[in-house]
Amino acid sequence: MLTARKLTKVYQSGGRPLTVLKEVSLEVEPGGFLAVIGPSGCGKTTLLGLLAGLDVPTSGSVEIDGRDLGVLTEDARARLRGEKVGFVFQTFQLIATLTAQENVQVPLELQGHGGTGARGHGEESPADRARELLERVGLRGREHHYPAQLSGGEQQRVAIARAFANRPRILFADEPTGNLDHANGGMVISLLEELNRESGTTLVLVTHDPALACRARRTIRLLDGAVVDDTGRAA
Amino acid sequence: MIRPAVIARLAWRESRASRRRLILFASAISVGVAALVAIASFTKNLETSVRRQARELLGGDLVLGSQRPFPAPVASLIDSLERSGHAVARQMRTQSMAYVRGTEGIRLVELRAVNARFPLYGRVLTAPAGQWARLASERVAIVDTALLVALGANIGDTLEIGGRGFPIAAVAVEIPGRVSGMEGFGAQVFIPLRDFGGTGLVTFGSRVQHTAFVQLPDERTSRRVVYGHRGMLERERVHSETAADFQSEVTDALRNLSSFLQFVGLIALLLGGIGVASGVAAFVAGKLDTIAVLRCLGATRPFVFATYLAQAGALGLVGSGAGVLLGVGVQAALPRVLKGVLPLDVRVAIEPAALLEGLGIGLAVALLFALRPLLEVRLVSPLQALRRAYEAEDTGPRRGDPWRVAAFGALAIGVFLIAMGRAQEPRVGVGFAVAIALSVGTLTLAARLAVWLARRLSRPGGVSARWPYVLRQGLANLHRPRNQTRTVITALGFGVTVLATLYLVQANLLKQVSLATLNAGGRANVVFIDVQPDQAAGAEALIREAGLPVIQTVPIVPMRIATVRGVSADSIGHIPLPQRPAPWTMRREFRSTYRDSGTASERLVQGAWWSRRTLPSGPPWPVALEREVADELTVGLGDSITWNVQGVMVPTRVAAIREVDWARFEPNFFAVFASAALEHAPHSMVLLTRADDSGTRARLQRAVSQRYSNVTSYDVALLQRMVERIFSRVALAIRFMAALSLATGALVLLGAVAAGRLQRIREGALLKTLGATRRQLTRILLAEYLALGLLAGLVGTGLSVAGGWAMCHYVFELEYAVPLAPLAAVVAATSVLVGLVGMLASREVFRRTAVEVLRDV
Repeated sequence: MLTARKLTKVYQSGGRPLTVLKEVSLEVEPGGFLAVIGPSGCGKTTLLGLLAGLDVPTSGSVEIDGRDLGVLTEDARARLRGEKVGFVFQTFQLIATLTAQENVQVPLELQGHGGTGARGHGEESPADRARELLERVGLRGREHHYPAQLSGGEQQRVAIARAFANRPRILFADEPTGNLDHANGGMVISLLEELNRESGTTLVLVTHDPALACRARRTIRLLDGAVVDDTGRAA
Repeated sequence: MIRPAVIARLAWRESRASRRRLILFASAISVGVAALVAIASFTKNLETSVRRQARELLGGDLVLGSQRPFPAPVASLIDSLERSGHAVARQMRTQSMAYVRGTEGIRLVELRAVNARFPLYGRVLTAPAGQWARLASERVAIVDTALLVALGANIGDTLEIGGRGFPIAAVAVEIPGRVSGMEGFGAQVFIPLRDFGGTGLVTFGSRVQHTAFVQLPDERTSRRVVYGHRGMLERERVHSETAADFQSEVTDALRNLSSFLQFVGLIALLLGGIGVASGVAAFVAGKLDTIAVLRCLGATRPFVFATYLAQAGALGLVGSGAGVLLGVGVQAALPRVLKGVLPLDVRVAIEPAALLEGLGIGLAVALLFALRPLLEVRLVSPLQALRRAYEAEDTGPRRGDPWRVAAFGALAIGVFLIAMGRAQEPRVGVGFAVAIALSVGTLTLAARLAVWLARRLSRPGGVSARWPYVLRQGLANLHRPRNQTRTVITALGFGVTVLATLYLVQANLLKQVSLATLNAGGRANVVFIDVQPDQAAGAEALIREAGLPVIQTVPIVPMRIATVRGVSADSIGHIPLPQRPAPWTMRREFRSTYRDSGTASERLVQGAWWSRRTLPSGPPWPVALEREVADELTVGLGDSITWNVQGVMVPTRVAAIREVDWARFEPNFFAVFASAALEHAPHSMVLLTRADDSGTRARLQRAVSQRYSNVTSYDVALLQRMVERIFSRVALAIRFMAALSLATGALVLLGAVAAGRLQRIREGALLKTLGATRRQLTRILLAEYLALGLLAGLVGTGLSVAGGWAMCHYVFELEYAVPLAPLAAVVAATSVLVGLVGMLASREVFRRTAVEVLRDV
């Protein structure tokens, strides 16, 4: 499902090259659940950005669902993300001017599905899909609230609903519980796990919380940009 | 007590990352400051030039003018001045027809017959050079270049004026005191004064202006002459003006125009101020973390406030400084732009007072407007450094905060004081302040309305629910948190309002005199005036021979008012004010007519026309007055007026009041007499006809002029050209101010884009992460900016429709129509302009990669 080979990323910092990721290779099978852990500054987020095609590696390659990201243009990568990738961020990253439901609809609408109209072929409309997902994450009745009117936990649940809106093949989560209290964090992780199980979506989770990483079927530990530990096998 | 140096140092360091953005906010006030500096400086330059060239512009140290030959006492005064060694230049000026034998055309000209001493000051430059002196000894003409072109004539051809031929000696390139384009109906033609009588142009009823330009050693002498003979000059209805009178008149007019333009500049500046305020608000919102950290490190509230106030002050200084420089540049360019419009050479000089004033006003506006958003920094708690969400809700504006109220009060008082400082007198200053408050208030209100509309549209389940996603997202962006939509709409809307109002007034004015309107419905489009009674039959025959109708034959009788309600014109000064007739009505020569019914261009508002049954058999005769002149005379139905008709007293009683449509190309009158009253009085005639083709009109005018050289004729096209010309001169200044206001709007827009920069980049990156392509991002941004421009355009044109109506209704008294297509074009152009500026300013959104969303920049 996801294959990375010898990913290296070098940034120029103050005129000097700074290697933040050194030849990281990994593979995640469809429906798998991988956690990437490590202290802050170890290159977790850089790795996530490269795996998701948000950034390009200095060397090495990434394949998602058999497609090499290296040969795709920025727009083609964006389209691939729109079709196959979902995201959950530490800071939620909801669009402040859109309601909860509209936020969930965004990935679908970027794909060209109409607003409230039907999608054709008997498929449900983005609005229906968004309502269904919001109900699934326990936000029924909050569809028309703006992000500012929701609590942190609720915002993250909207973000999860958004992440699953386009039925992604793979979902990247970057410290999804980092800004949440214990109870809300637990609820968010359970949701991710449930959705991972139900829809067979591959899950890649970045965290520095060992307790959270324990729930993954496989864990990779990064230190100074290199893999120092890999539980190595699917659970 | 914190030392200012510490504050300054921190303010400087703290601004490091945002200086470019701060300068962009500051530039919003630059244009307004530039306008104020340029106008104030140039006005001062003009005043200096007028002072230096007043005698040249007026034509002499003392000028006496009369509508008839100078009466004996005045003539002998002039002669005695001349005998005692003062040079006197004389001029007779009238309108006449001119043509060249062997060519086809004919033109109305402004004929100036001058003696050898003309001009007393300055020189007339001719081409070929040195021909002016020939007027002293030969029967030649010196003409405007435009006349040669219009008639297809050359130097050396003989110009036919009145009954005589004048060989054209040269064209006049430069004439002292002459404002090009403002010369009235026709091109100027100079001929020797001694040959004027031979033209036969002076007939009954013709208008000839007699002028004597006198050279005197100084202003004191000029005044002594005027004051010594004031009573006599007034009695003889001779107008007098000294160089100093003229200078103060021109200076007053300049100052009025200047303060009007500065008023527009001031509004532009204040809109820039609003831009500064909203930029500072966005800036402060982005600084909350820094401020919290500063507070954690022990900075007091006053210290933090002073630091950011210092930044705002520096921003104001930079913005005003740039404005001052720009203003000086504009000032230097103005003489070139206005070349040919100004009658004098303007020496451009730096006016330090105007520069300092501009700098001070700019700084004051920046600080006054920045004050309120800056107050927010006091409310930042150090706890926010630990956890932003913790206190975030408490930092919003608090109603009733005495500091906020004080900041608002300072702003209001400051603007009021600035307005007072710009005006010539306190009353005008108060008017300005009120007008500014109204303009800015209306604009702000309209902008709020537009934003409300956008929000209604994009509300869940609103109309836009069925629109494509990119359009909805773009629209939603207009009311994102900390949006600057209202500011941009207000600032841009003002520029559009000024521009579109100007356009609407111009369009409505020109429509009145457009060929289409004037030609409509078989109305007359050629007028012959000064036709003597014994020429009328012949002239009518010429019109009919050309196959054209004689639409109207109107008699004209010149007269003055002798008494009103029994009080003589000389003693109306004794009538108490509300009942006292306006002095001009007593001085004026009325050109009245007689008939016994109304015409299409007037309607009765009081009283009734007379009939054979109601007409008295002798005086007082009934007279029908125009409404406004009746008001000026303070008379109503039944009041008595006695008219002096060439020495014969004609008593009348007001029988009717008429409303007259003066905009028609037809003779209209202040006073219409019963036929029986004036039938035997000396009069001239006006004949009206109509020819669709301009060639036919020209041939007819020429035929009549060849037979009756004293008859002057007007072609409707001429009137139209004149109105267009005058309007374009006036519009130049206003268009300039409109362009400046639009520039302010564009800068406020740029500032607004810069203020929301981080948020946009983050949002763009997020959308990319969620799968948006560049194309979709482009469309979202384009939708946002086009909608913003659309709203600004709608607000601007909407207000201009109201403004144009007010101008047309109250100032020009015109029928008002709104041409929709051009206004739609203005809206579309605004939208495209904003779209372009917005997209150009948003390039960074496309440049940044999606990964930044992870880093939460």
